[in-house]
Amino acid sequence: MMNLRPSGYLLGGVRRLGAVTLFFARLLIGVVPALARPRLLILQIYNTGARSLIIIMMSGLFVGMVLGLQGYDLLQRFGSEEALGTAAALGLLRELSPVITALLFAGRAGTALASEIGLMRATDQLTAMEIMAVDPMSYVAAPRFLGGVIAMPLLTAIFSMIGLFGAQLVGVQLMRVDRGVFWSQTQGSVDLHDISEGMVKGAVFGVACSLIAVYEGYHAEPTAAGVGLATTRTVVASSVIILLLDYVLTAAFL
Amino acid sequence: MVVAVRDVHYAAGGRPIFAGLDLEVRRGRITAIMGPSGTGKTTLLRLITAQIRPERGTVQVFGRDLAALGRREIYGLRRRMGMLFQNGALLTDMDVFENVAFPVREHTNLPEPLIRLLVLTKLQAVGLRGAASLMPGELSGGMARRVALARAIVMDPELLIYDEPFVGLDPISLGVILRLIKHMNEALGITSVVVSHDVQELATIADDSYLLSAGRVAAAGAPAQLRASNSAAVRQFMTGSADGPVPFHYPAPDYATQLLEADEA
Repeated sequence: MMNLRPSGYLLGGVRRLGAVTLFFARLLIGVVPALARPRLLILQIYNTGARSLIIIMMSGLFVGMVLGLQGYDLLQRFGSEEALGTAAALGLLRELSPVITALLFAGRAGTALASEIGLMRATDQLTAMEIMAVDPMSYVAAPRFLGGVIAMPLLTAIFSMIGLFGAQLVGVQLMRVDRGVFWSQTQGSVDLHDISEGMVKGAVFGVACSLIAVYEGYHAEPTAAGVGLATTRTVVASSVIILLLDYVLTAAFL
Repeated sequence: MVVAVRDVHYAAGGRPIFAGLDLEVRRGRITAIMGPSGTGKTTLLRLITAQIRPERGTVQVFGRDLAALGRREIYGLRRRMGMLFQNGALLTDMDVFENVAFPVREHTNLPEPLIRLLVLTKLQAVGLRGAASLMPGELSGGMARRVALARAIVMDPELLIYDEPFVGLDPISLGVILRLIKHMNEALGITSVVVSHDVQELATIADDSYLLSAGRVAAAGAPAQLRASNSAAVRQFMTGSADGPVPFHYPAPDYATQLLEADEA
């Protein structure tokens, strides 16, 4: 039912938030039996993680290269191009890797999850499981959620690595920043705190993206239009939540 | 008595679907539930399988009131029943063999050779042992339904529920499904509930039948009794007349008035 009054929007939003929270709780309960099915879990880590590798690596490389170019251009105005390694590493580790990985993850893996589960709903597969006394929460939803949660931090780490390589490629090979300076500056300025900030962000975004994708798919209208809508909502909601959470987490880490 | 529905009231989206529904399914028999589209046949199945709860009245399955059962007990009851979905509802990411093996793997710890034996026997019963390695996407509608039937009986249920098993089948597949339903009932002694609006097909296999209309049972008895009924509503359905107590026209304002209004506008 469409409700265009502001109070209706607010009420709908609160209700939705409550529904997602309840779903999250059920999902967490379903995680325990899902761990007893390692085969399903590995399959999902492969589906969400390994299959996103190419797009993550390609994006990581180009983001790193752009960072190398822009960073060099900016830093050489102040004659401090040797700080390029530091700038690229900190920018990637703390900010760009988790955020861009999560946005790509939502677009690549999140949509796949939402449409797959939505189609299972539309073709009665979830109901059939219910009737066969198999809980689809623990058989379908939980392994997919867990797969995403495990894959996201790993993808973030890979993005950082490739990104740093890209920055080095442009900075050192193209712009002739001294290789030794580049790496020693990087090594000297990056500490565990920076790495953990990126990994924590990656993990939190992983939980958020996977939760949204699984929730939207699970509650999709069982029609073609409904599955399409669920996929769209997955990307839109994930993107907004990622950027919002990013601000909160950055503020918490500073 | 396997299923007993007593004075059930249920509404969906503000629209009443059942208003005092009473029916029974007796052990070892094939019970047909018929009715025009939109009379809540599928809703009735969802009530019997405890996917939804009635607003008033009780649904008893295997002598237990579903309203009084927790999730775990409902899952326990469901392991004693099988259900055939209209489109088969096979799991699309596994082949035919694994689909049939799915409930066995989930609910038992049987060794692999035994599972293989069990699955092949059930596939043989529906004539699809040769299709064991096909994926659901490679099956025709009739074949998918037969695989789903094999899956529904693999745990040897006491109650088997068929949701519109004849829809969209060619005459040969339809004959096969009809024969299988009868066979499952006679050879395995499975109590069967068949929901459908294919009156002619059902009449050949059903022991008992119920005709639903306007949220309650309009007529009950053996198929022959229903056909001999004097009620206009029952006769319209059994003979398939376009107009009768179930009107051909969806409720609308007066035809002439509406046309004139359109003219003026």
